[in-house]
Amino acid sequence: MSFDIDKIRNDFPVLGEKVYNKQLIYFDNGATTQKPSPVIEIINKYHSKLNSSIHRGVHFLSDQATNDYEDARKKVAEFINAEKSSEIIFTSGSTGSINMLAFSFGEKFVSEGDEIIITEMEHHANIVPWQMLCERKKAKLKIIPFNDEGILQTESLSTLITEKTKLVSVIHISNTLGTINPIKNIIEIAHRQSIPVMIDAAQSIQHLSVDVQELDCDFLVFSGHKAYGPTGIGILYGKEKWLENLPPYQGGGDMVDIVTFENTTYNEVPFKFEAGTTNYIGAIGMAEALRYIESIGLENIGKYETELMHYATKKLKETGIVTIYGNAPEKASILSFLIDGVHMADAGMMFDKLGIAVRVGTHCAQTVMQHFNIDGTVRASMSMYNTKEEIDYLCQTIHQVKAMLS
Amino acid sequence: MTNIQEVQREIVNEFTLFDDWMERYNYLIELSKDLPVIDAKYKKNDYLIRGCQSKVWLNAEYKDHKIILTADSDAIITKGIIALLIRVLSNRTPQEIINADLKFIDEIGLKQNLSPTRANGLLSMIKQIKLYAIAYDAKEKKN
Repeated sequence: MSFDIDKIRNDFPVLGEKVYNKQLIYFDNGATTQKPSPVIEIINKYHSKLNSSIHRGVHFLSDQATNDYEDARKKVAEFINAEKSSEIIFTSGSTGSINMLAFSFGEKFVSEGDEIIITEMEHHANIVPWQMLCERKKAKLKIIPFNDEGILQTESLSTLITEKTKLVSVIHISNTLGTINPIKNIIEIAHRQSIPVMIDAAQSIQHLSVDVQELDCDFLVFSGHKAYGPTGIGILYGKEKWLENLPPYQGGGDMVDIVTFENTTYNEVPFKFEAGTTNYIGAIGMAEALRYIESIGLENIGKYETELMHYATKKLKETGIVTIYGNAPEKASILSFLIDGVHMADAGMMFDKLGIAVRVGTHCAQTVMQHFNIDGTVRASMSMYNTKEEIDYLCQTIHQVKAMLS
Repeated sequence: MTNIQEVQREIVNEFTLFDDWMERYNYLIELSKDLPVIDAKYKKNDYLIRGCQSKVWLNAEYKDHKIILTADSDAIITKGIIALLIRVLSNRTPQEIINADLKFIDEIGLKQNLSPTRANGLLSMIKQIKLYAIAYDAKEKKN
């Protein structure tokens, strides 16, 4: 199948917008991706024709919404090749998923003196919930370091693991460095000691094929909005054997079986983890986004984005005035950089006025900045709808910014 | 000396001369060079207003019933905006600062730089200046 960039760009209405009278160049896909027309249309259609609360009504609209919501669950399961759709829990996003897991897993399996292992390149969402758990339970957080190239020092994992280790939680693709971590290898090492592994796939699900059975990960999280879907929806995947054994995170409607004032029994998996009215329109929108990804083909997307990343890296280096942070050989289309002698905030403000949307700061990964002893970076994160021409324009503006600011 | 309103009007007039954003930024870059230099002894953590994207250092002194402000930033455009704020707010009485409505920032199109999420330290800087004014005002009334 050929990769028709013009057709893809046409599918994303926002890409035609202008900002400050300049054509928008959207390089902030690591923060959130834009939405293609089918996703926008289905959300619109749902609000205008079908809206009704799921799992409750005995009427036409509620049945329809319930079916579509459960179909969305099946779509997600199929997309990551989960064995059963009941292993998919809908959450508010990756952050919500990790908080849920840290609470439920922590309540059941973590006690004083136990250890959780994460990496030095985590997003704050995969640090703070575990820190909070460790504080609650007097447990300990241990860190797999990365080197100056941005490569995870996986070999240290075997020495970090002890009989006290309860869980390893690892970011698949670093949102700051772009590093694609060898998660299969990490899972194998942890499983040798029967330790479960959670994968934060927030930055990978939209770029490369993720197969939870092939990886054999125990838990996996991602967000809808970083994968061309709506905001406020995400996934916690868990192997059935784990989910059956975890206590619920929040109490409320729909997650119960029988409620009396003396005692409550819980609904079955996955419903016991979905208290209250869920974001069913978000789930349906996310499923549509996954269908859209499939219609282009993840392999095609990955190939194109890798090409963009190599092109951008080469072009940025050719400017001669840019330092790139994160130079791992296995890397996704996320480029963190600083223009020599130019403050990132100044650069960001200028890029903005020239129509380029980048992110500036620590990217919710302060520990990565601490590693390099810098305050932050400019991050250009590219997606399937970005082009080499846009990268050329970015490099051109880098020279302009440098000239103005020094 | 011109009052706060007049200085703000002056600044708005200066900015109407510019056709595009790069010219405005160029002007801010120029202004950053004229910023009253903060004494090195104040460029430490006690005087630091930390943002996610840039840092601002601020010092206030009280002389002849007026507040004198000096400041610095590690980012040049932020520094230029600070220069404007100081032009409007420094060498004023606490009451003038407390009552100041900084409309010019919006009028010259820099309001987005003061959004709480921008985290460049500017919004906190204005709050800090107002707090200094309130503190000096209270001290003045006590005396």
